[in-house]
Amino acid sequence: MSKGYNFAYLDEQTKRMIRRAILKGVAIPGYQVPFASREMPLPYGWGTGGIQVTASVIGPNDVLKVIDQGADDTTNAVSIRRFFARTAGVKTTERTSEASLIQTRHRIPEQPLKEGQILVYQVPIPEPLRWMEPRETETRKMHALAEYGVMHVKLYEDIARFGRIASSYNYPVLVHGRYVMAPSPIPKFDNPKMDRMPALQLFGAGREKRIYAVPPYTSVKSLDFEDHPFEVQRWDKPCELCGASDTYLDEVITDDQGARMFVCSDSDACQERQKGAA
Amino acid sequence: MTATTLRLSAQGLSKIFTLHVQGGVKIPVFHNLSFEAHAGRCVALAGPSGAGKSTLLRSLYGNYLPDSGHIKIRHRSGWVDLANALPREILDLRRYTLGHVSQFLRAVPRVSALDVVAEPLLAVGADEDKARNRAAELLERLNLPERLWNLAPATFSGGEQQRVNVARGFAPSYPILLLDEPTASLDAKNRRVVIELIAESKAKGTALVGIFHDQEVRDAVADDVFEVESFKETVA
Amino acid sequence: MSEMDAILSVRDVAKLYGGRGGCKEVSFDLWPGEVLGIVGESGSGKTTLLDCLSGRRTPDAGRIMYRGRDGEMLDVHALSEPRRRLLMRTDWGIVHQNPRDGLRMGVSAGANIGERLMAVGARHYGQIRGSANDWLERVEIDENRIDDRPMTFSGGMQQRLQIARNLVNGPRLVFMDEPTGGLDVSVQARLLDLLRRLVREMHLACIIVTHDLGVARLLAHRLMVMKDGRVIEEGLTDQVLDDPHHPYTQLLVSSVLPA
Repeated sequence: MSKGYNFAYLDEQTKRMIRRAILKGVAIPGYQVPFASREMPLPYGWGTGGIQVTASVIGPNDVLKVIDQGADDTTNAVSIRRFFARTAGVKTTERTSEASLIQTRHRIPEQPLKEGQILVYQVPIPEPLRWMEPRETETRKMHALAEYGVMHVKLYEDIARFGRIASSYNYPVLVHGRYVMAPSPIPKFDNPKMDRMPALQLFGAGREKRIYAVPPYTSVKSLDFEDHPFEVQRWDKPCELCGASDTYLDEVITDDQGARMFVCSDSDACQERQKGAA
Repeated sequence: MTATTLRLSAQGLSKIFTLHVQGGVKIPVFHNLSFEAHAGRCVALAGPSGAGKSTLLRSLYGNYLPDSGHIKIRHRSGWVDLANALPREILDLRRYTLGHVSQFLRAVPRVSALDVVAEPLLAVGADEDKARNRAAELLERLNLPERLWNLAPATFSGGEQQRVNVARGFAPSYPILLLDEPTASLDAKNRRVVIELIAESKAKGTALVGIFHDQEVRDAVADDVFEVESFKETVA
Repeated sequence: MSEMDAILSVRDVAKLYGGRGGCKEVSFDLWPGEVLGIVGESGSGKTTLLDCLSGRRTPDAGRIMYRGRDGEMLDVHALSEPRRRLLMRTDWGIVHQNPRDGLRMGVSAGANIGERLMAVGARHYGQIRGSANDWLERVEIDENRIDDRPMTFSGGMQQRLQIARNLVNGPRLVFMDEPTGGLDVSVQARLLDLLRRLVREMHLACIIVTHDLGVARLLAHRLMVMKDGRVIEEGLTDQVLDDPHHPYTQLLVSSVLPA
């Protein structure tokens, strides 16, 4: 553990402030709580919100996993894992089942999360209404009064243009039957995993200075139309590495000739499955 | 003529125009004028040009507001005084009770001649086909060429417009009908049609009040003549 | 008989800006199926009044009572904000002079029309689209424009789209601010004809602010003439225009250039 830093980089007062925001978020599932986001030693858009949330809830006994687009070995994931290993001295892991705290960008692990685990999402734009209503004063009022008709205007527009709801990530959800929430840019494939998840889900938006939360076992429903129900992505063939047919696949270019293959985006789940098969 | 046939009763009407844009000059038109219209009869308003016939007729329709007096109209088994009725009461009166054939058609853009005539029927909830049939029947009687029926009357000649206007006035069977020179721009043939229409209305019990410049028409339709001139106020 | 009851009852409404401008001592009743025209020149207070009446601006004094569908009289400005906003989405419509203020320019015509339906819970895409198609036809816009954005429409079409968007869920009271302003005369005529028909068919109560006396004569059953924030003359439309009593109304009427 590096000397000269407070445990997990942030000072204790800041962590208390953020924890209060998290507690309020947990108490009002899906509600965006403003917080005094700090300057972090990395640029906005690289996970400053998620890191502040993680820093505020992490303890010495936690085991941390960080994923970016499902993978543990991408630059962003590696640096954030190293950041907390150095500033908090915590154990890190790439195994979903071993982690007590998982910070993620763009995915939810394939392996179902358990009670006691915490999933921290990095959020670029926390306001799901912003696409339809740019005024923050107005979107706050719309949330307060649960005026969510415009969300369906967006979905209507998708169907009118593409014949189906084409939004494939950051697909809006209704939390606990009350607040419409942006699930961060996870693929809509992952939306059903949020519903009644046993783990605590926390969302941090550093640039936008918002924190929100979904407590364990809370209903999270993806918005849809009666005659165009919510659907997740499907692939024609299984993962070419592990053979799974129920996971989210990435298209990977494998050589200079443009050969491509479809493989699991969740590298841990994929490797575990390959080991199991071997 | 009895109280049971009374449809319209003007009592002590006075009208003075005050022209504020011309230094507040006052133009008295008539003073303390009273007259009645009865079911099945036609009153012709008489008097020289400028005697106030048109002003009186417009007052009877609620278009001009008299300065004093009452205009009681039999409406929905009661009486409404035009001189102090609410706008919506006057509109209801005009919809169901009181028809008016003005001298000039105020053409609504884009609305066809047929629809202009059918409109008062539609306004009281008539079936669309029935209203159009009635409109067509009247336009045919008034010899308006069929090719004009689906055109907006704004570009019609004076005589054509007047026939559309007459047809519109006679389309519903109003209990009271006001006619302002309904034959002024019509030829002899169409004048006779108007005379027939008036006679038919009278037979159905309509009370008519009209200004008929044409002596022949007036003689043919009028049961009573009312001299407006004698109510001219003598300004000291 | 509910017909006898006013849908909007306005008493002594005033809204002043630093002692001048605005409107004062405005009272009237409006009934279902009735179109009230508010005429007057720029600065006469007619738009301020419209904003107060439609709940978008809080008057300094007076009361605006609206009769809800269940017959209850609601004090528009004493209502909680959620109820007032709900009323605006369900019972009222507002047609702005500039269609850009009343339309979502970034989404299709169909979505523009469907928004109010979705706002009150419609969740069947096919039915929403069906209503949008019906309304495009009613406002004389070709059905194959349903997926086009309003910025590709002419001014007249945008205005008709705005009307469809407001009327799709059967409001009872519609406010219009210079609905034909900025349109070519030929386009105006079409819009006026359309409005006349819709008002009659839907038995709408309607308040139209306009400085165009021709528009007022065609659309309004009755008129209020405003000057310096006050109503100086009111009555049946043709009576006010043909037999004006107030010096200002006479000036206004005599200032219209004959066509």
